[in-house]
Amino acid sequence: MYDIKNINTDVIIPARYLVSSAPDLLAQHCMEDLDPNFMLKVKEFNYSILVTNSNFGCGSSREQAPISLKTAGIKCVIAPSFARIFFRNAINIGLPILEIEKINLLKSGDDLKIDLTSGLIENLTTNMKIRVKKMPKFIQNIINSNGLINYSRKFLIPKN
Amino acid sequence: MGLTITEKIFREHSKDATLNAGDFVLVRVDKCLANDITAPIAIDVFNEIVSGTSNEVFNPNKIILIPDHFTPNKDIASAKQCQILRNFALKYKIKSYFEVGRGGIEHCLIPELGLVLPGDIFIGADSHTCTYGALGAFATGVGSTDLGVALASGKCWFKIPESLKLIYSGKLNKWVSGKDLILYTIGQIGVDGATYKAMEFTGNVITSLPMADRLTMCNMAIEAGGKSGIIPPDNITKEFLEKRGFSSNKMFLSDLDADYIESIEFECDNLEPQVALPHLPENTKPISEVSNERIELNQVVIGSCTNGRIEDLRIAAKILKNHRIKTNLRCIIIPGTQNIYLKALKEGLIEIFISAGAILSTPTCGPCLGGHMGILADGEVALSTTNRNFKGRMGHIKSEVYLSSPAVAAASAIEGYITSPE
Repeated sequence: MYDIKNINTDVIIPARYLVSSAPDLLAQHCMEDLDPNFMLKVKEFNYSILVTNSNFGCGSSREQAPISLKTAGIKCVIAPSFARIFFRNAINIGLPILEIEKINLLKSGDDLKIDLTSGLIENLTTNMKIRVKKMPKFIQNIINSNGLINYSRKFLIPKN
Repeated sequence: MGLTITEKIFREHSKDATLNAGDFVLVRVDKCLANDITAPIAIDVFNEIVSGTSNEVFNPNKIILIPDHFTPNKDIASAKQCQILRNFALKYKIKSYFEVGRGGIEHCLIPELGLVLPGDIFIGADSHTCTYGALGAFATGVGSTDLGVALASGKCWFKIPESLKLIYSGKLNKWVSGKDLILYTIGQIGVDGATYKAMEFTGNVITSLPMADRLTMCNMAIEAGGKSGIIPPDNITKEFLEKRGFSSNKMFLSDLDADYIESIEFECDNLEPQVALPHLPENTKPISEVSNERIELNQVVIGSCTNGRIEDLRIAAKILKNHRIKTNLRCIIIPGTQNIYLKALKEGLIEIFISAGAILSTPTCGPCLGGHMGILADGEVALSTTNRNFKGRMGHIKSEVYLSSPAVAAASAIEGYITSPE
């Protein structure tokens, strides 16, 4: 949990690492300028849900940002709002993201159970349930296809 | 209810006269663009999608590939990324592939060559693709997966954005430019003030604003979270296109009764040149306040997709002529494209820059994103005409970046601290 607004894609994956697009290499440096212990927390302490304040992922369009988070082991990002290119990149690559206003209902170390289909976050530590506003149907369809590549295969590319 | 320019562009492309802001559409794109950072992933996505099908791009004449970020190749890894781009361009006969030495920074090059026209839907795997709204196109940044899908299908999904109308009235003071207008706007509405929205720039200030300034304004729409920036096409747009041998019959304008989510009016008579302080573009202050603080500089950068056009270089040269850059300050000047470089050479600007003690770089995004050609050390401070001043953006995590217009940057390079061109 980082109660910080406007965490930008330069922080999620600094440009100095964009000379490569190998997901594993990117993941090694994910969020390191914000928290040098980020990967330690994910790998050693099994943190798998990232919670931040508003406008997460603003700035550059680099898809390396959600790719590095997903490859690092982040299973879901929760924030009051997302910058739009990050939003669509996350949907497109199948990294689940959820928008909730009151991130203060969650604390670092809380155990969460998340049902993406029904949009229900259960905080098992505090026994609290948060229901998230549903994504529009168009976006649901992309999510249900596990991302845009599969979605496109079904609907976009004309068969020859 | 009337329609905005943006709604009209989407209706025209989808042939669906019922569409409005808020609707989702899968729509054909006129052009799609990628660079040396974003294309390699997009090409992987493309290959994955087309495997077992026709194995062709949707249209080789509608794809633009430009190696500009880590070029000329800064190391072996970035050389490999550029190689992927080049090989793809050759394999699929992409006409608009611009090799190092024949191109430049994508968002300077594309309008210069007339590769974007009013009424187009243009996607680019680069967040500053919104630049082309200056020509009355709907242009927006996307990720590599969106682009990979577009390479194969020529289509992209959108939620048609609601429009935020920004009206600028009054008369601009000397030295106040498009850069100052957009920095001021971001300072007022914040870095998420236009999230998901099309920012429509209007008013008498905009109708008399030169194209270079319009491009700068739309370029930084993303810095307010905007999906796009757009300026109603007019005679200035027409002249810009005609000079390049193009015309357009899709110069859409918003209806008088179009539906905006909000309209904000800025009175510009007393507006000063603006500076964005570290570490967000919304931390703006007028130059008179900033110059009082005597913020000392290690580096000044003049260039980028935001301010690397010939008009920007002319302003910088006008100020730097017969002056010397402050001792121990590095002033790096980066013409946006090879054409701009050549023009600057012919006009004698390059001589002015070198005589002043500045260094000229080949066209590249380079230092803007902390790539190369001017990286900051621990504790160093830069004033830059680029677009982002996030923590660590131009180098060390403990370096600082201030943003301004070329006029403020050039004047500050002479004095050694952030100051007004007055």
